[in-house]
Amino acid sequence: MKYIDEFRDRKLIGKVARQIREAVKPRRACRFMEVCGTHTMSIFRFGLKEILPGNITLISGPGCPVCVTPNAFLDKAIALAGMKGVIVTTFGDMLRVPGSYSTLEKEKAKFNSVRMVYSTDDALDMARRNPDKEVVFIGIGFETTSPTVARSILTAGKEKIKNYSVLCGHKTMPQALRALLDDKKIGIDGLLLPGHVSAIIGVKPYEFLVKDKSKGCIIAGFEPLDIMQAILMLVKQKGPKLEVQYTRVIEKNGNPLARKAIGEVFQKADSEWRGLGIVKDSGLEINKKYSFFDAEKRFKLNVKPPKENKNCICGDVLKGIKTPEDCRLFGKACAPEHPVGACMVSGEGSCAAYYKYKARVYA
Amino acid sequence: MCLGIPMRLVKINGDEGMAESGGLKRAANLSLLKDARVGDYILIHAGFAIEKLKTEEARKTLKALREIGA
Repeated sequence: MKYIDEFRDRKLIGKVARQIREAVKPRRACRFMEVCGTHTMSIFRFGLKEILPGNITLISGPGCPVCVTPNAFLDKAIALAGMKGVIVTTFGDMLRVPGSYSTLEKEKAKFNSVRMVYSTDDALDMARRNPDKEVVFIGIGFETTSPTVARSILTAGKEKIKNYSVLCGHKTMPQALRALLDDKKIGIDGLLLPGHVSAIIGVKPYEFLVKDKSKGCIIAGFEPLDIMQAILMLVKQKGPKLEVQYTRVIEKNGNPLARKAIGEVFQKADSEWRGLGIVKDSGLEINKKYSFFDAEKRFKLNVKPPKENKNCICGDVLKGIKTPEDCRLFGKACAPEHPVGACMVSGEGSCAAYYKYKARVYA
Repeated sequence: MCLGIPMRLVKINGDEGMAESGGLKRAANLSLLKDARVGDYILIHAGFAIEKLKTEEARKTLKALREIGA
């Protein structure tokens, strides 16, 4: 497929790997964090760790939206699925994530009240087709996804689709990275930043990573060649800089229409992240003008206080402090068929990636 | 989850587009994109075109990579 296959060229990837080995030789051990779950998946899928020099360690960061969504939020989504007359619509990854007491998948089996959708347009269609039902979309994801949810609310407003609402759990990436790097335990030399978040927000929101945190940063694409080139750019940096590898997509100011949609519907709010706790201004909530479409305001949700599995270390895995293999549940009590923690459920979670691509070890 | 697939825009009807890649056709919501044209490569995320792909930049990246260390 065009613009995918070219960036998976094995020969070229091998060549970049050699360049990395040469560039990194005289330097000390490097720890780089790939922030985005889609990066994590690509790194494992294409075996990139295997072709990197031993002194470069890649650590997975908090960029898997499913993984960082806390139990308190999941419990609300699950409560909605148990309400009479409600259809919960969600991206597929969310179905099997365990909340404190249940999962959306289990509620679906009990009440037939959950539908997987590919896009918010599908959720709106469902609302149009089922005027006697309340259709709630579970809004999770970073800046890449939140404009699509904003658009759905704007459309619902315009067309007066009154039986549509959104349970809003959107998060914003830069604030989370600031919180992450404030934690002194996390030793990172450089970051691969998520290219599709920057497709929306552009380059500027990350400048603080260089100015305040002295980290080298590359905004990177997701194909193996993109990731390898970004690593090469990082090891070649003399002093921390913010550079763009994914030039075929990123505009300096991002996508103005998408940012406008976010600004029209949402406002900044403090948000809870699995692993990071509550991070100031790191989330989005539906603003007053569009509060009619806010599922938390529309429904009275009776949710018990959230409960975490004490043995699950997803929080530390998301911060890159521990690896999945440090977890005593990993591959035993917690596996993709019966996940305990969110990092095992999401196809992009570090634990799922470790399990899938090192299967010969754990199977 | 932040997956974005490059696809070629083959039809436009207002904010509704149809995009194609490797024989697969998908509806693409174009409301977040300015001036989309048939033939453009667009990046699709969750059913929405979130950005156009700059084909000249893609070519430049590949050229630069082919030339390093050559």
